[in-house]
Amino acid sequence: MKYVDEYRRPEKILRLRDAMHQLVSRPWTIMEVCGGQTHSILHHGIDQLLPDPVELIHGPGCPVCVTDTSLIDQAIELALTPGICLCTYGDMMRVPGSIESLFSARAKGARIEIIYSPTDAVTFAQQHPDLNIVFFAVGFETTAPASAAAVLMAEALSLDNFYLLASHVRVPPALEALMQNKDCRVQGFLAAGHVCTVMGYHEYHQLAQTYHVPIVVTGFEPLDIMEGIYLCLRQLETGKHAVENQYRRCVREQGNVHAQEAIHKVFQVVDMPWRGMGVIPASGFSLNRHYVHRDASVLLQHAPTTSKTNTNDPCLAGQVLQGIIKPPACPAYGKSCTPEHPLGAPMVSSEGACAAYYHYYGHL
Amino acid sequence: MNQDNFNCPIPHHDDERISIAHGGGGLMMHRLLEKTIFPRVSPEQAHASQDSALIADSLALSTDSFVVSPLFFPGGDIGRLSVFGTTNDLAMVGAEANYLSLGLILEEGFPKCDLERILASIDAAQKEVGVKVVTGDTKVVPRGKGDGVYINTAGVGRLINPVLRLAPGQVCDGDHIIVSGDIGRHEASIIVARKEFGIEADIASDLAALTPTVRKLIDAGLDLHCLRDLTRGGLGSALHEICHSNRKNLSFVLDSEKLPLSQEVNSLAELLGFDPLFMANEGRFVAFVSPADSEQTLAIMQSMPGGNAAAVIGTVRQEERSQVWVKSAYGSEKKLPILNGDQLPRIC
Repeated sequence: MKYVDEYRRPEKILRLRDAMHQLVSRPWTIMEVCGGQTHSILHHGIDQLLPDPVELIHGPGCPVCVTDTSLIDQAIELALTPGICLCTYGDMMRVPGSIESLFSARAKGARIEIIYSPTDAVTFAQQHPDLNIVFFAVGFETTAPASAAAVLMAEALSLDNFYLLASHVRVPPALEALMQNKDCRVQGFLAAGHVCTVMGYHEYHQLAQTYHVPIVVTGFEPLDIMEGIYLCLRQLETGKHAVENQYRRCVREQGNVHAQEAIHKVFQVVDMPWRGMGVIPASGFSLNRHYVHRDASVLLQHAPTTSKTNTNDPCLAGQVLQGIIKPPACPAYGKSCTPEHPLGAPMVSSEGACAAYYHYYGHL
Repeated sequence: MNQDNFNCPIPHHDDERISIAHGGGGLMMHRLLEKTIFPRVSPEQAHASQDSALIADSLALSTDSFVVSPLFFPGGDIGRLSVFGTTNDLAMVGAEANYLSLGLILEEGFPKCDLERILASIDAAQKEVGVKVVTGDTKVVPRGKGDGVYINTAGVGRLINPVLRLAPGQVCDGDHIIVSGDIGRHEASIIVARKEFGIEADIASDLAALTPTVRKLIDAGLDLHCLRDLTRGGLGSALHEICHSNRKNLSFVLDSEKLPLSQEVNSLAELLGFDPLFMANEGRFVAFVSPADSEQTLAIMQSMPGGNAAAVIGTVRQEERSQVWVKSAYGSEKKLPILNGDQLPRIC
């Protein structure tokens, strides 16, 4: 397949493996930020190609995993309300809220449509004027422009039955929160290529300088990831901490300005709760005052509540999300916590660190 | 933000209702079978893990239900599927179907011309595979209580070679694993036909009768050990089922480079974030064969219509625990994940 096969050919990948083995003189810990990268690393067995002293830890970049329980509960309440149809990305279906998931809510009769693009939800709203359509807008800066485009499309069509349940999250504040933790072991980051395609990487220079960490904007194919790791190691070995762009075929320093304009037109930056991580300042987007009439919370019969954390829980998801421990080190991993019955957010989506480990390494 | 904030808020909960994922051919479906269905109605079958039962010395029985949507799709329709679905299940234990029952559940308002089209397709399929519909039943449910038409068929067939036992327990260390054609086309064609994701592609289902290929393999006297048709859950789920029911601590090692995959299916899978190993097929099977007969098995499969992409995709090896491994082009080996419910398009 063109534009994919070129980045999976063994020769270049094995050449980078050899170069890495020559380069590395001591242990290094690198975090790949994006869940898509985690998935690719484990799917293609990239972790097995690295020199022993290099450790990858899996970051909090799985949008499904970090969507807060209270949002899932609101989505379920809306979907169970007569006259409302919830439109959602497929992989949100399995994520458990405080009582159940969208899958089990649908089994109870909730009206839920799985869509591929937010604009499909707008079209659905056009076709069903008798229903209120709520689009469950989750994801990082990658999916936020598409949500914004859906809102603008609904405005242009003067649709009065299209709403957004918005829970978009921003990557840079989460990385900052990680680095501020005294237990954080991360020495270098592979930044998420698709987030940077939209937002650029100008925000990362200050982060790299403040925390003395190299940040390499990295793609998702095996060759991208091997090259990203190599560039990061090269900086670490030479004592540098700059921002580099491995994913040049997609990412520009300033990002996609049109997409950013759409985001800023529709959303405002707010504090946002992250599942298992608590509230991170300025880490999310919600509808701004011009589009607040499309906020789905107006359709809720109960006031939204914030999720409560259970401190007796054996699940150490927070430490996994920060890279402090690897999934198998959690006492619940593979025992009370499995992809069928996730206790922790990273066990939910195939991009979550625990689920990815469970799938590819099994119950160790 | 401090460490205390990093607690997981998700409580444990059990499924109290059936969800779509229970029918996906993956882990959830197997748990439903093992924990809920088998213990109540058929405890002796709990570890059988076969799609057909041997009911007498050389007789096999199987049943299958068909709820596909849309009813007509590129490469087939629910009628043709309802015949081959059951005759293929019989073929996997080495039986050639002789008789079928046909149960039709029709929804009020269903167009009669569509029903006639489906019946014509059933008739053509039964002639093609040499089976006869000899009994049946028809029910009509109120509008909104069905999806046009659901079909159930059951089939009885005779073993082609009465002494040949094809089962997971027959798989041996060193066996070659051979797949009878390119994978994932049925699911890909259904995804395109449903128009759910706005994807346009020219992909026809692989729907086909497997009996002719199986008869040729058995008639050639090949040392076949186990056959399994790749339906819901795809090749990956079929391999897991066989691996975990052979009870001999055998592992399967797949070579990811050898998996036969058409460009169209590969592109669609990449676009949606699906793994083709877990995409459904309706005219493909996997065979476990002794290495000495691997070449001839492959040649027969490749000579059959639609079988030109058949390939040896892996081998069986003795290990401490039964596992399915996938070897990458870079030499690394990874466990093949177990499909949980249905595959769902990923967000990014």
